[in-house]
Amino acid sequence: MIKGKIHLFGDGVSTDLICPGRYYHLRGNLPELAKHALEDADKDFVKNMKKGDIVAAGENFGCGSSREHAAIVIKLAGASCVIAKKFARIFFRNCINIGLPAIEIDTSGFEAGDDVEVDLNSGVVKNQTKKIERKFPELPEKMIAILNAGGLVNYIKENGGL
Amino acid sequence: MAETLVKQIISSKIGREVQTGEIVIMPVDRAFCQDGTGPLAIDGINSLGIGLKNPSKNYFFIDHAVPPPRVELANAHKKIRDFAAKHKANCIMRGVCHQMMVEEFSSPFDVIVGADSHTPTSGALGTFAAGFGSTDVAAAMATGSVWLKVPESMGIELKGKPGKGVMAKDVIIDIIGKIGADGATYKVMEFFGEGLKNLSMDGRFTISNMTIEAGAKTGIFPADDVVREYLKSREREDDYRELPVSAAGDYEKRIIEDMSGIVPMVSCPHQVDNVSKASGLGNVKVDVVMIGTCTNGRFSDFEAAYKIFEKADSIKTNLIIAPASNRVLEKISASPMFKKFLDLGASIIPPGCGPCCGVHAGILADGATAFSTANRNFKGRMGNPESFVYLGSPLTAAATAVAGKITDPREFL
Repeated sequence: MIKGKIHLFGDGVSTDLICPGRYYHLRGNLPELAKHALEDADKDFVKNMKKGDIVAAGENFGCGSSREHAAIVIKLAGASCVIAKKFARIFFRNCINIGLPAIEIDTSGFEAGDDVEVDLNSGVVKNQTKKIERKFPELPEKMIAILNAGGLVNYIKENGGL
Repeated sequence: MAETLVKQIISSKIGREVQTGEIVIMPVDRAFCQDGTGPLAIDGINSLGIGLKNPSKNYFFIDHAVPPPRVELANAHKKIRDFAAKHKANCIMRGVCHQMMVEEFSSPFDVIVGADSHTPTSGALGTFAAGFGSTDVAAAMATGSVWLKVPESMGIELKGKPGKGVMAKDVIIDIIGKIGADGATYKVMEFFGEGLKNLSMDGRFTISNMTIEAGAKTGIFPADDVVREYLKSREREDDYRELPVSAAGDYEKRIIEDMSGIVPMVSCPHQVDNVSKASGLGNVKVDVVMIGTCTNGRFSDFEAAYKIFEKADSIKTNLIIAPASNRVLEKISASPMFKKFLDLGASIIPPGCGPCCGVHAGILADGATAFSTANRNFKGRMGNPESFVYLGSPLTAAATAVAGKITDPREFL
């Protein structure tokens, strides 16, 4: 069970906002890069983030570049999960591949600071603050297996291939 | 039911007829990364510890920070060169990865996995070419395969012929304006129809390049005579194989795009689907014009811009010329436009991605406005979240540089 306070973002948050190009030179130093996670969407995000918190967003979260660093910096900032109305495809795969659960769910009515619980097994997101409970469709078996392995590299090591 | 282009390719690769929605393990023909995604892919490959399955078909491009503006990036390049040399893979620094792929490697029916979101550029050659993160590409290089869900396709029927002053860029901006920046998420955008004959190879590259801006997994064009002629011009006609048009494909959605009705279009800050007619923006003063990139950095794009520049004695903006590859730069340098660009005060930058993704060679000042022929205008895209980026065709970009404000190029033609 994943539990945490949510940090709320709107629609169309691009990988340029999550992991700005001006920090390109820090891509070889991920802990340093992660200090700038989501900086251009909310400059206080990293400061306010507590380990286990959840990033929540609207439509098309993670649109744009293929940079896996966008998923990595959110994970390194302490996020246990990302929930959004809709993810851009590459960002979504990147989250799963690094073992960061990414759940598509209607986040309308959610507010920053709400306590949220995500149950990957039963497919339910509960906003305890707002007393909202919503179900999400099960992830494909392959994705669950990759998440359970902690990411794609571990999955391949454990299974001897894809 | 006729098969979509993507299902023709996947079925051919797997050796059986696949169904939409099923998860398949796909053999990969070509896998690549670039200097922004490569170091992380190398870490993944090293962690897997099984080397590269087909190193001769793995490409490590160095294009995002060329030549390197900082020590950290020079070191990243060294890591890439050393790794490619050790594993006998290709390391290439002669242009933007997507342009290098179409010039040298991508061939109809190829399955191409690239750690760069604009990998769909190769889809114009009748390939399945999709963008992935570094770990997926590491896995593809190490195992020779990638897992994916057989996608639904959106059919885009192209009709008519673009009118004076209208380029393929205007067509794709118009389409994205209609379907939205997430209008094709997880889907393939497939292009067909009688209008195809009015789109050059370069125009098709521009369109497939930008399908990701509608969220698509990729964009695919049929492999027809235009593709055959292109491959012939690249001395690789043997790579041609027809990928037939699937006008009756089982599309999840169909849209009709009448290119004859389109006018010069612009994407306004800060999202590509925030579109307007170039003539309808009023007085938008522009500080920097950039013409080039993997979207519009081919020779015919510069020829289009030159049509307007050759009549101009001066321009009212800074001008960055960003050829997509060394080959394109070579052709520019052998044409009269080279001197004209220099006389107008342009910076002709080494083929690469620098300013488009805000790494170097064209970062914008606070409050500055750029007009670019690239594919993205997210806030901060060109290196500064306090700046503004408009997108449009090379013709509109040239007209804008001459006028100093966003201008419909038909005023100059």
